Amino acid sequence: MELAQILDIPPYSLNKTDKARLLNPFFNYLTRHHYANCNPYKIMMDCVGYDCNKEYNYNQLPFLPVRLFKMFDLYSVLKEDVIKTMTSSGTSGQTVSRIFLDRNTSAAQTKALTKIVSSFIGTKRVPMIILDSETVVRDRNLFSARGAGILGFSMFGSKRIYALNENMELNVEQLQTFVEQNKGERIFMFGFTFIVYQYFYKELLRLGIKLDLSDGVLIHGGGWKKLYSEAVTSEAFRNKLYDVCGIKNVHDYYGMIEQTGTIYMECEHGHLHAPVFSDIIIRRPHDFSVAGVGEKGIIQVLSILPESYPGHSLLTEDEGILLGEDDCSCGRLGKYFRIEGRLKNAEIRGCSDTYETNF
Amino acid sequence: MNNIKKYKKIFIETFNAKENEVCQLTYQSTPEWDSVGHMNLITALEENFDLMFETDDIVDFNSYEKGIEILRKNGIEI
Repeated sequence: MELAQILDIPPYSLNKTDKARLLNPFFNYLTRHHYANCNPYKIMMDCVGYDCNKEYNYNQLPFLPVRLFKMFDLYSVLKEDVIKTMTSSGTSGQTVSRIFLDRNTSAAQTKALTKIVSSFIGTKRVPMIILDSETVVRDRNLFSARGAGILGFSMFGSKRIYALNENMELNVEQLQTFVEQNKGERIFMFGFTFIVYQYFYKELLRLGIKLDLSDGVLIHGGGWKKLYSEAVTSEAFRNKLYDVCGIKNVHDYYGMIEQTGTIYMECEHGHLHAPVFSDIIIRRPHDFSVAGVGEKGIIQVLSILPESYPGHSLLTEDEGILLGEDDCSCGRLGKYFRIEGRLKNAEIRGCSDTYETNF
Repeated sequence: MNNIKKYKKIFIETFNAKENEVCQLTYQSTPEWDSVGHMNLITALEENFDLMFETDDIVDFNSYEKGIEILRKNGIEI
């Protein structure tokens, strides 16, 4: 099946058997494609004993450590076909990932993201509050993870406002007017977890202002590390937001710049879900064998989107636990899991977490 | 102004394009038509034609020609 056809499949509609049948040929194709078109990738694959004539089950295909994208420029298309280079928002002293996109991969990312998110909030576009500052997207040539996230999600807004000004201060009046004007409509909010907490929640709390966003839906992502240090859990985060704006519908997501598009959305039961277009495998740290349900390990992510760069099978630096497959009480099929945190000694990262040191 | 002229004018203004090139424009074929430019184009079309695209329309809108097809689908005579 072609990529475009796969992207038309409802994102949580395939069980384990059907998903493997669909994705095995595709991941084998992608591995062969990168093997033939990206020489550094070929060298690495030869080192780990990859055989391009063999058909693998996708949990046996080799994976690259995600940090290789910080060390090398890896791409599988002609350099002149690269239309966009995305970078992780690294802090000073850290190197950034560089991800090379051609037209097809870039379009596929947008399409996958749209399918995943609209399965949660609908295909009808609604008024949108971006819980960030517009300055993040102002420089079109410097595309950070934060800017890319905002732009990707902007698609769902019929009209959009940025809640923060260029000094990261909350535009309270503008926000109140917007909420008032759109009364009775579902308002969609998007932001990075730490920024939502620090500059939206805390500011509303400080001012003692309550907004009525009880019909709203918030999607947030980008990392919890900074909030762990403030002892804010996912549940506490939801409760706190409910207190200042009455919002009940809050979804975290897990994703990374190296596999933009295929994000893992949190369902109503607090579980992160793998869509049809991608998968996760939890691996045991000592031998990289596949861990079972309930067992903590390193997260490997596989996505069908990366065609212009060899990023379809990556070992992250995050730890997680597989909670189950095809049987979440929300009804979505596929694997569901939770994040346990960063691997010890792994480089500190996370796009919303880097704000303070970055500016 | 008829709709096709209006449509063309929006393209020219949004992407700072030349009139004789505008019909050949596709997404990412010019630096101006990047993801930021794309959302600017969508906003301008929605305001001028008084309509609201669905997300799928925005994703599929990848060329000048395709855009005409999508406008027709949304009930605009063009």
